[in-house]
Amino acid sequence: MPKREDIKSILIVGAGPIVIGQACEFDYSGTQACKALKEEGYKVILVNSNPATIMTDPEFADRTYIEPMTAETLAAIIEAERPDALLPTMGGQTALNLTLEVAAAGVLDKFGVQLIGANIEAIKKAEDRNLFKAAMARIGIDLPRSGYVGSMEEGRTVVADLGLPVIIRPSRTLGGMGANIAKTEEEYERYLQWALELSPIHEVLVEESIEGWKEFELEVMRDRKDNVVIICSIENFDALGVHTGDSITVAPAQTLTDKEYQIMRDASLAIIREIGVDTGGSNIQFAVDPRNGRMVVIEMNPRVSRSSALASKATGFPIAKIAAKLAVGFTLDEVRNDITRETPASFEPTIDYVVTKIPRFTFEKFKGAEDKLTSQMRSVGEAMAIGRTFKESLQKAMRSLETGSYGFESPEEVPEAEFELKISSANSQRLWYLAEAFRRGYSVEKLYELSRIDPWFLTNIEQIVEMEKELADYGGLLGGLGALPGSDLRLAKQWGFADRRLATLLRTSEAAVRERRIKDGITPVYKMVDTCAAEFVAYTPYLYSTYEEEDEAPPSGRKKIVILGGGPNRIGQGIEFDYCCVHAAFALKEAGYETIMVNCNPETVSTDYDTSDRLYFEPLTLEDVLAIVRRERPVGVIVQFGGQTPLKLAKALEAEGVPIIGTPPDAIDRAEDRERFVEVLNGLALAQPPSGTARTVAQAEDVARRLGLPVLVRPSYVLGGRAMEIVHEFEHLRRYMQNAIKSSPEHPVLIDKFLDHATEVDVDAISDGKSVVIAGIMEHIEQAGVHSGDSACSLPAWSLSQELQDEIRRQTVAMARELGVCGLMNVQFAVVGEKIYVLEVNPRASRTVPFVSKAIAVPLAKLAARAMAGESLESLGFTEERIPAYTSVKEAVFPFLKFPGVDTLLGPEMKSTGEVMGIDRRFGLAFAKAEEAAGNRLPDGGTALVSVRPEDRERIGRVARRLAEAGMKLIATTGTAEYLGSLGLDCAQVNKVYEGSPHTVDAIRGGHVQLVIHTVGDAKSVQDSFSMRRAALETATPYFTTIAGAAAAAEGMLLRTDGGVRVTALQDFHAGKWN
Amino acid sequence: MKATLALADGRIFRGRGFGAEGKIGGEVVFNTSLTGYQEILTDPSYDGQIVVMTYPEIGNVGINREDVEAARPFVRGFVVKEYWNRPSNWRSERSLGDYMCEHGIVGIEWLDTRALVRHIRDHGAQQAIMATGEVDEAALVHEAAMRPSLVGQDLASGVSTAKPYRWIGGTWALDRGFVEGAGDGPLVAAFDYGLKLNIARSLAARGCRVVVVPAGTSAADVRALGVDGLFLSNGPGDPDAVRGAVEVVGELAREMPTFGICLGHQILALALGARTFKMKFGHHGGNQPVMDLRSGEVAITSQNHGFAVDPDSLPHDVQVTHVNLNDRTVEGLAHRELPVFSVQYHPEASPGPHDAEPLFQRFLDSMQTRSSGGNERSLRVCSDRNLPEAS
Repeated sequence: MPKREDIKSILIVGAGPIVIGQACEFDYSGTQACKALKEEGYKVILVNSNPATIMTDPEFADRTYIEPMTAETLAAIIEAERPDALLPTMGGQTALNLTLEVAAAGVLDKFGVQLIGANIEAIKKAEDRNLFKAAMARIGIDLPRSGYVGSMEEGRTVVADLGLPVIIRPSRTLGGMGANIAKTEEEYERYLQWALELSPIHEVLVEESIEGWKEFELEVMRDRKDNVVIICSIENFDALGVHTGDSITVAPAQTLTDKEYQIMRDASLAIIREIGVDTGGSNIQFAVDPRNGRMVVIEMNPRVSRSSALASKATGFPIAKIAAKLAVGFTLDEVRNDITRETPASFEPTIDYVVTKIPRFTFEKFKGAEDKLTSQMRSVGEAMAIGRTFKESLQKAMRSLETGSYGFESPEEVPEAEFELKISSANSQRLWYLAEAFRRGYSVEKLYELSRIDPWFLTNIEQIVEMEKELADYGGLLGGLGALPGSDLRLAKQWGFADRRLATLLRTSEAAVRERRIKDGITPVYKMVDTCAAEFVAYTPYLYSTYEEEDEAPPSGRKKIVILGGGPNRIGQGIEFDYCCVHAAFALKEAGYETIMVNCNPETVSTDYDTSDRLYFEPLTLEDVLAIVRRERPVGVIVQFGGQTPLKLAKALEAEGVPIIGTPPDAIDRAEDRERFVEVLNGLALAQPPSGTARTVAQAEDVARRLGLPVLVRPSYVLGGRAMEIVHEFEHLRRYMQNAIKSSPEHPVLIDKFLDHATEVDVDAISDGKSVVIAGIMEHIEQAGVHSGDSACSLPAWSLSQELQDEIRRQTVAMARELGVCGLMNVQFAVVGEKIYVLEVNPRASRTVPFVSKAIAVPLAKLAARAMAGESLESLGFTEERIPAYTSVKEAVFPFLKFPGVDTLLGPEMKSTGEVMGIDRRFGLAFAKAEEAAGNRLPDGGTALVSVRPEDRERIGRVARRLAEAGMKLIATTGTAEYLGSLGLDCAQVNKVYEGSPHTVDAIRGGHVQLVIHTVGDAKSVQDSFSMRRAALETATPYFTTIAGAAAAAEGMLLRTDGGVRVTALQDFHAGKWN
Repeated sequence: MKATLALADGRIFRGRGFGAEGKIGGEVVFNTSLTGYQEILTDPSYDGQIVVMTYPEIGNVGINREDVEAARPFVRGFVVKEYWNRPSNWRSERSLGDYMCEHGIVGIEWLDTRALVRHIRDHGAQQAIMATGEVDEAALVHEAAMRPSLVGQDLASGVSTAKPYRWIGGTWALDRGFVEGAGDGPLVAAFDYGLKLNIARSLAARGCRVVVVPAGTSAADVRALGVDGLFLSNGPGDPDAVRGAVEVVGELAREMPTFGICLGHQILALALGARTFKMKFGHHGGNQPVMDLRSGEVAITSQNHGFAVDPDSLPHDVQVTHVNLNDRTVEGLAHRELPVFSVQYHPEASPGPHDAEPLFQRFLDSMQTRSSGGNERSLRVCSDRNLPEAS
């Protein structure tokens, strides 16, 4: 069937900010959908609050709304744009939920908007537990058995039928309170009794536990003629009980016979038909009892997902793109397979390699969070690797993670009694503990018993450990690397061993291993991901390395540039960097270069096979990058766009003679190395906060006394704010130093004077090596001390004087010139009164590049890439700073809800996972939009709870007055209340928590408070107010922990007048400009 | 142990041996299925062939007694990237290598199977020699080059059952395994040119009374059984070389509903007056898209063939009903007047997707009569509990 002519315009709903469970895979899918639909001539309207996405660049849709992802906003956009159709399946759960909301509100009917891709009924059937259960029963598909019980007697009858263990879930409790697994009769009685009491309707769901079963996923696609195909099967390494997003997963399934696999395939076809997903992709999860093969369905997602992004990258079949085409009426046989060109999309990809994905976690960022994996997702990113065998792909994936692992190093020692727990209870380090267990003589059987990880996977690890032993023997008594037979070295490489790991085992250097390898002709060859296991000729060079005979992708003779990507997402390095890499690929392609992307993050647009001319899906380590550069011989390699990952490789690459283009690595080093940077600043007569270094507690105390408390302390060897703390007391300083010395005695601790109440300013600038142009000056809302990635900011600056801004410009340009920046640069300043301090300079793309680009309507990363390739800013048409007439505010989004027991207080260590953007005519309005987009909708009225430390009282007065003007009632804790009362403000008093009930937490949890403002000083007040912050978080009450933030909120609330939602497309703000 | 694969055109692949030791020869073909190596090994259509699995990890799920398409394997040589000798699956009873040793199948692993597949894709399926241990590579190439091509070879008669038998077993189900039981539906004579048992199971599961007859059975002997329909099975080799069968089918297909699969489809086409030809490397896998030209529906099909029907050679009373969407080759035929049809692919799957299963029902629907039969009752009864001996 040809495409539908009855629809002309389509609204695509994006996924909003990056949060745990919803990351840049939805930029990948949304970007594909936008491209596919525009290609077919449809007018595409997009809504997404996330500025860091490629899809929200103004050229990807005809109308782009960077607006809060709320039903109200969506309704306003529909009213303004009158789209013919809405595609809800590209933006994750956020888009589905929003679509259900606007449908329920009658908006779709009112404006005659058709849903394409999935209909309301199908979404509900897949999402609603009971409807789903009934649907599965109709088609005879097994689910975990369960029963509702209302009494202990009923409970006994039900469990007699189900057998233990069972999961007990009380109905209608908040956040899954009272859920438990009962393994014994005694536990069952106890948990059930408790659950019945907890449930407000005395109803409990008792469900058969399938923990420990094998978990599988199938990616399914259907077209409007009811043709259904499976794109990929995925088998989870971790047994059921760990969220699939937190599981190591492998494609294709490894341990199913054809008969068993076909049962799953048949079930998937039946499910997508019964649920009624008209067109597009779905993800269906299954569990299989390893004892007898019994299969149950766990859930179905009627949309593209993280798994479909993985499946797309794993097979080369672009699920989101095809789904978009199917949504407008094409059938699978009418869509060509881009990779083979000759064959249609109506087939099932087959692969001749193994794909392994390992999630990346950041438990270390959240004090108090336990490294334990459960059914709630906690990972923030993932790395994928392709190898010809599971061993190869697993070891490649491990080094792709960039957690400092290059293979199965020994994990952190734990007491003997806890060792088995590291295997029986899933955690982020379990993979390494499994290898350690084999070293300690554990058997596959025993480890299976403990972990329920399939023996097939375990045996692979066992064999790797065995090979490590043999290699280590050469490293020991057998004569080292020189004595190791070439055939053994070759096999080790075929099994995925990194040079660096081999060097450790052989007790030599990585360089020596590489030299020996190359001398012996043991170098990687590159093979294509082609959807068809080589049955047809492939035309898209989507490549991975392996150690075999034939290289099937000889490099071209064109002029080329290699772009090194950012690797797996993590807090501090995410989608923003991928955005820059993608722009570099686009820009350099336009400039006539062959573009070559290297990256290992399956969620991204950069790893889409049509983003660059060649894609190497490879780990970003020196070894893997060198191998690519050596064969491709590019005229330049770009390291400044992918965040710290490629930057860390810059020096080593340069030492190997690799041409790094743009800012030279030495300039990067001058900015990163503390001592060299001080010289730079001194030479330019620029100020830095006073500082010192210390290696002992006594030295630290001396420095702190000299600088005066508070001070900012950090170890000298980490990046991204890791382990950075603000110290207000000597006791805290001593504790910090003792820990720092213990964990890393060889590195000094850096101590800076902490500038209290300073305003932080971020500046992005671009240079072609000669002229420097300021891209944007962003004034932070939160004061200095909060990591810049966690702070809201405004462009243009909202309170800095013109003189200060000009001085900031002058200093930025001076530093760019001095360092010889070519490309992008980011500077962080702190302003105290009239005094400007330079906090740091990053001569590379910063996190704010996509935000600034959208705010000023200039594709900065594109210009920077071309400047790095030798073009002048003048020839590119960007010669002066562009200050928009409207204001853009960026706000951060945090994962605190996923980490129970973790404090939400912001500090120098970055904790946010994503960001949103609010744009409006005035600062207050833009701020209010950004807050709403971040999920903290400022209240329209109600009560504000104010509790500030004494030194903030004066500054809160003005804020409180404005809140009162905006119609808020005020309540405050004793000291604050007295102060506000003294200003003549009407303010009730409420107890602090330690003063006894009813106190602040009661007021918040009781729903009597709509806005919380509180600031803290010393450690004690932080501790005392912890429960208050958690209460605000868990009740979704907007809260501000800085006066500046509160002031901005008050401003926004005052300005937000008529209450109507105003939406404006980015193209209108830009007045059509984007260059 | 070292193992070597030498192709007739001189290309050599070196790897490690597994399974049986020794030297074998055959045509090398590649199979793109991700699952189902046991079914592939036991598919009689692979008689005389060396199979390369494109999926690199093979042996993971071991060998069990259920996943067989015949009583013994027919593949002569098995080529994989990594052979796995410690299977993990709840139904596994033994390792693949152990099974290959028992049946004399020579295996080779740790070679660049993708390079081999690309070579076959570009240069066509060809004869090869596989040998373990120290070898003279040049001699192996020479020996491979001397081997006759499959063109003109009647392999079907060689793998066919020696004697007719009744088949009473149904298809496999997870919770029941194989169920036995004789149906009372139409009586079908199934010509065994290398019959995959799942075809017999699929017919029996729908109530058919199935009599499997040898490839060389005469038209008169089939008539004497008093059957309601004729089934023509898959099998190895060149259809054009099975001349006797072509003649017999030419007669019988005009007398009764007839359904052919794979080689049976090609024999039917020849019997109706068409021609067949050898393809460059054929279709071997479980992901081939086939369009039903009448409904426009696309089925993902399981395929295993190196010959195909030439669409330009079809007589007027035969129409192409199905085509392969990858290369537009003929995938299905139907007689315009008679209840006679055939498909190039495998509706019985095993291994592969079940999309084409409804074809069996179409065959059942075409058989209007219900013969009382009787002559078949004296025949030996076979099922999965009592497999027919493979020749």
